[in-house]
Amino acid sequence: MEYTITIARQRPGGEKYRQTINYESDTDKSIAMVLTEINSRKLYMTDKQATPIKWECSCLQKKCGACAMVINGRPCLACDRRLSQWCGNVIEIKPLGKFPVIEDLVVDRSVMQEELKAVKAWLDSSSRADGGEVCYEASRCLQCGICLEVCPNFAPGDSFFGMSAAMPLTRLLRQMDDAQRAEVSKLYSRHIYEGCGKSLACRDICPAGIDIEDMLINSNALAVWKRIRKK
Amino acid sequence: MYISIIGAGLAGLSAALTLAERGIPCALISSQGSERAQSVLAEGGINAALDNMGEDDTTAEHFADTMKGGADLADPNAVKGLTDAAPDIIRRLEGYGVPFHRENGRIAQRNFGGQKKKRTVFAKSSTGKIVMSALTDEVRKYEAMGLVKRFCHHEAVDIDIAERDGRLVCGGVTFIDIYTGRKYHLDGRVILASGGLNGFFPGHTTGTVPNTGRLTALLFSKGIEIADPEFIQYHPTTVSACGKRLLISEAARGEGGRLFVMRGGERWYFMRDKYPEMGDLMPRDVVSREIWNVTHNDGCGDEVYLDLTVIPADTWQNKLSDMREEIRYQLGIDPVNEPVKISPGIHFFMGGICVDKCHRTNADGLYAAGECACQYHGANRLGGNSMLGALYGGLCAADGLAGEDVLPPEPLETGSDGGEVTTGFPDGFDGKLCDILLSGLGIVRDEKTMQAAVDRLGVLEREDLDDTQRQRLYLGKAMLMGALLRKESRGAHFRSDYPERDENYRKMTVAKYKDGGIDITYRDIPELEKGEA
Repeated sequence: MEYTITIARQRPGGEKYRQTINYESDTDKSIAMVLTEINSRKLYMTDKQATPIKWECSCLQKKCGACAMVINGRPCLACDRRLSQWCGNVIEIKPLGKFPVIEDLVVDRSVMQEELKAVKAWLDSSSRADGGEVCYEASRCLQCGICLEVCPNFAPGDSFFGMSAAMPLTRLLRQMDDAQRAEVSKLYSRHIYEGCGKSLACRDICPAGIDIEDMLINSNALAVWKRIRKK
Repeated sequence: MYISIIGAGLAGLSAALTLAERGIPCALISSQGSERAQSVLAEGGINAALDNMGEDDTTAEHFADTMKGGADLADPNAVKGLTDAAPDIIRRLEGYGVPFHRENGRIAQRNFGGQKKKRTVFAKSSTGKIVMSALTDEVRKYEAMGLVKRFCHHEAVDIDIAERDGRLVCGGVTFIDIYTGRKYHLDGRVILASGGLNGFFPGHTTGTVPNTGRLTALLFSKGIEIADPEFIQYHPTTVSACGKRLLISEAARGEGGRLFVMRGGERWYFMRDKYPEMGDLMPRDVVSREIWNVTHNDGCGDEVYLDLTVIPADTWQNKLSDMREEIRYQLGIDPVNEPVKISPGIHFFMGGICVDKCHRTNADGLYAAGECACQYHGANRLGGNSMLGALYGGLCAADGLAGEDVLPPEPLETGSDGGEVTTGFPDGFDGKLCDILLSGLGIVRDEKTMQAAVDRLGVLEREDLDDTQRQRLYLGKAMLMGALLRKESRGAHFRSDYPERDENYRKMTVAKYKDGGIDITYRDIPELEKGEA
């Protein structure tokens, strides 16, 4: 089957252009495999100026969050979407839209790390509780940024930090001592609880399948309502 | 004096934390954040003789199993340090809040290959990801304090190695900001924690794309010794999916999964038949070789299956739900109901940069830890010892720098001609090199195929190669020569023409590059120091 793949590209200086590549495949492949093949086989050489497509990846199996991008309008991991999952043979790939584009599909997501520092996402003293299933689930967050892409309330630089900050805090709030929890709870309220409009768009799009709503209920209970859920 | 850590996976984070907890600053340089490191892929767990399962487990047994699993090729003093430290490492991780699986309030432990006792602590089959999340959070505390200075989206492009008074000395690291192209230099000590040699086998390993092995090849070309490069672990249960080898964790067999092949129209559970005591939990080298044997020699079909249908429902729910989901997603089958067709795939490199038990290389000021280093695993790594080795290795390397006068890192900008960063995507040369290495370094090897591979490398060497390609070719050649010259079978190195172990070869292979040639020598395995037994 022949596919028409359009990629929104951007040169390091900021110049934007679209490149369309005809790609043929008899087998079903992930978009990550397609991008790898486009670069390996130099299929990007549709004109003399073309350079390899820059994109980030690492594990290729939905466990690292590196290859987040927008495919046919849907933010997702390139390794988590296959050619067969789209109707028809036209595929449009764009970088995530809420982060500065470095080049092609590479975006700078370092704001997420800065926000985690701002809400003091760590343990001041040794963990007080094992935390069980909730801590396990929250620890699975890939920090890919896809939840932020679909969130109607998140914009980089605003006071609302989104679920990529809330997930690590869901674990840490259960495990930190009382003094730190009192301090971090204030930060949590300001940067997560008060800004979340409960659209729950994040819940349906998380590539790790984390039950974000349940995590949020847990962290809200601890930070805002000062009680621990049994679960 | 500055300290740079290259790589932000388990070994790098462990080193950074060890330094930071003592108030020592460091630079942590990595092309991507810790969430993207290969360590997040580690699945089954971490070995430590906590003896939480009432089996009278001891660190001495963990030591003995590790030595035996590694076919007696590991440094016993280093292994003793590792296995003795393991329980404390788990307690340290517990303090960081790692939510290990618990039963009756205590950390639970599961069976793993090459060990008769339940010794492997775990978080379902996502242990690496869960441990990495907690360590990343812990390191963030020291980032905020200014003790750990992260250089994320930065790639080390050169490590200075010079000869001084007959010794090699490390002069620091040159790295570039991938986003801006700006180039920096930071002199002083370097801890390399850049991972294994997956990039020599693109698409054929369970590892990550950015683990290219480029820095190991660069250092080899500068006179850094490489040890035991011929020992490559083929994990018995992998499948081809998503452009790589996808691992099905040993935890699957630890929880009751069993391998079979069709013979005479019936299922033959060959591991249980051939090895009644350990069955499917024999060390990985043995299981992979038996898979090769039954599909080549025993009159069986050429497909081997992992039968997980016998695993109880509550075990799936509580300990393996993530594995089930991954198999369903990637392969389109439910392992609860039907067996999974598997085959061995490259999973781990026991060999790497030669280090002593303090993780010092043969260049003063250069340390190596994690999979890029050759330590602890001998001729075959036990499942559950890789994360442990990375954590302990990072700790040891950092320990060695604890007495030095260290300043907060202030890199010197040296220009913007950073040059090409590695993409990790195979080009034509990488494909050729991979093809040659695979042809010579399979599960079962012999003189003829290895010599043919060396000859083909010779042809490739005469092509017009750039410096990076030539460095990679030489390291690949060292792997092949190590295998060709080791005329015995031991651990992951099995030769059909020398099928027996030969105690004359109970030595560490040391490869050294000089003036376009590669010297292969052998170094005695040290005796266990007195008082350490």
